[in-house]
Amino acid sequence: MFSAGELVGTTHTCIGQEAGAVGVISHLEPDRDTVFSNHRCHGHYVAFTDDVEGLIAEVTGRETGVCSGRGGSQHLCNGNFYSNGIQGSIVPLATGIALAEKEKRTGAVSTVFIGDGTLGQGALYECLNMASLWQLPLLVVVENNHYAQSTPSEIAVAGSITSRASAFGIANAEIETTDVEAIHAGAGTAIERVRSTGEPFFLVLDTYRFAPHSKGDDTRDEAEIEAKRAFDPLTMIADRIDAGERQAIEAAAAQRVAEAREAALAAPIAGQVSA
Amino acid sequence: MRAERCVQALNGALHDSFEKRGDVYLIGEDLLDPYGGAFKVSQGLSDRWPDRVISTPISEASLFGIASGMALRGLRPVVEIMFGDFIALGLDQVVNGISKFREMYDDQVTLPLVIRTPMGGRRGYGPTHSQSIEKLLMGVPNIRMVATSEYHDVRALLSAAIDDDEPVFFIENKLMYGRPNRRPDGGYIDQLSVRETPGPYPALTLSGNDFDEASATIVTYGGMLPIAVEAMTELILEHEVFCELVVLSQLLPMDLDPVIESVGRTGALITAEEGTLTAGIGSEIAARVSEAAWGRLRAPVHRVAAPDSIIPAAPSLEEIMLPGADEIHAAVLALESARV
Repeated sequence: MFSAGELVGTTHTCIGQEAGAVGVISHLEPDRDTVFSNHRCHGHYVAFTDDVEGLIAEVTGRETGVCSGRGGSQHLCNGNFYSNGIQGSIVPLATGIALAEKEKRTGAVSTVFIGDGTLGQGALYECLNMASLWQLPLLVVVENNHYAQSTPSEIAVAGSITSRASAFGIANAEIETTDVEAIHAGAGTAIERVRSTGEPFFLVLDTYRFAPHSKGDDTRDEAEIEAKRAFDPLTMIADRIDAGERQAIEAAAAQRVAEAREAALAAPIAGQVSA
Repeated sequence: MRAERCVQALNGALHDSFEKRGDVYLIGEDLLDPYGGAFKVSQGLSDRWPDRVISTPISEASLFGIASGMALRGLRPVVEIMFGDFIALGLDQVVNGISKFREMYDDQVTLPLVIRTPMGGRRGYGPTHSQSIEKLLMGVPNIRMVATSEYHDVRALLSAAIDDDEPVFFIENKLMYGRPNRRPDGGYIDQLSVRETPGPYPALTLSGNDFDEASATIVTYGGMLPIAVEAMTELILEHEVFCELVVLSQLLPMDLDPVIESVGRTGALITAEEGTLTAGIGSEIAARVSEAAWGRLRAPVHRVAAPDSIIPAAPSLEEIMLPGADEIHAAVLALESARV
């Protein structure tokens, strides 16, 4: 849709990273728990809200978008889901949400999705400190796709990622696979721990994106990308499903997206509603 | 009855709000009793409400965001930033979060939070603990900024900010804390008659001759009030020159109706602020009043402000740098001498 000129502005796809969104968010309760996501938020959004239609209308700049076209691709809000386009700043927001939910005694888990690039932001460490001091029900999910835009993590991230959490006394785990079932199991343990103890957890997911950072800005070695195809979470799970069932699922998904696209493109352009 | 000091009025507003509503929280550094905040505005709160006063590490960049997250989830956090200079650490959250969420999320959320902080020098604290940098917020849409002066109802102003559903930046002043919170008595403070606009964040207009003919309007806010009153009083006593003084409390969104009304009577305007001149509060006031009342001005709007430099630590140097009553005084006399 982007190359067809149907999307407005820019977009950051999560192609290759779908398993993180599904594996983590399927444990959350959308009526109680909250998610704060980042610029690469579409997968998280759909997994949490199931609102394909509102998302597509939003990124095509339509009045029917979930934020009526005001937010666009990386500034979504729907119920207990929020996203914003500034890397470091979403962690304090999720920390404040965790504090509020703890004070209100709702039992909610506040989840924030960050990436390896966010590890460069100081606000993250301020919040790890406070979340640990105050024992907040905060789940920090680091989706490590090994690149901050064009910058490989080798020249941007020093030391161990999980040790960052350990230094603040925060329980942590790293899941070194893109297998959605393994992520689902690991995330389930993490979320259950946050919910039962009220304490923060720091979960690192080892992932990879197949698409460029945003539009067409990819400088990575094509051979590297091809080698990672063997770990495409969609292929991995597809191989475990009956072929007929897989086709039915894919056809249903394709049809739903096609209908959502059609509805969005037929909807009024944001701000141009006739009286 | 002896007027309470401004710090007591602010403290009283916090106690009132904590009593009245269970969703108000105070968050910031060094808040716990017996210390009660660096300027003692927060005294007695943590003893009475230990669960709702959250004393934090030195993490201003995150505090703005934490308060924002709390407000998104239905609480009413009041953030105490110890020195106004430190708002610079939280500006990302202001520019890219607090000011944006309601509108960019299509009015699905509100951000009822208050960020309180003292600005102002004249205490010898030097370049990073003396500034008046509220002007950095002037270009940020969708926030409210309120500066209290010692002639405003300080307690009511802060209470209104806490009850407000919009994010409010509440600007206090270090020297003001210890001064009495003066209020009009029978329409007067000392010999100055006072008019006050309605609403939660009023503007005051003061006159030394009951709004009879006056030479100029001076507009100011916050900690500059006593300096402007000093200049206004000297001009009357030494030169029999009368001015009107407008004291704003709401700086954002800017409503200059009382200023334009006063300029309609006086024909000239001087802005007075303690912050530096360039792109200051006075710059915006000058532009707006020139647009709205060009035909009523007999001279260009004159801005009294600090020069574009640092605030030196030595009291002797600080006194030279910060604008004083003499500069307002001189600006009014210059207007008078230009009048043929």
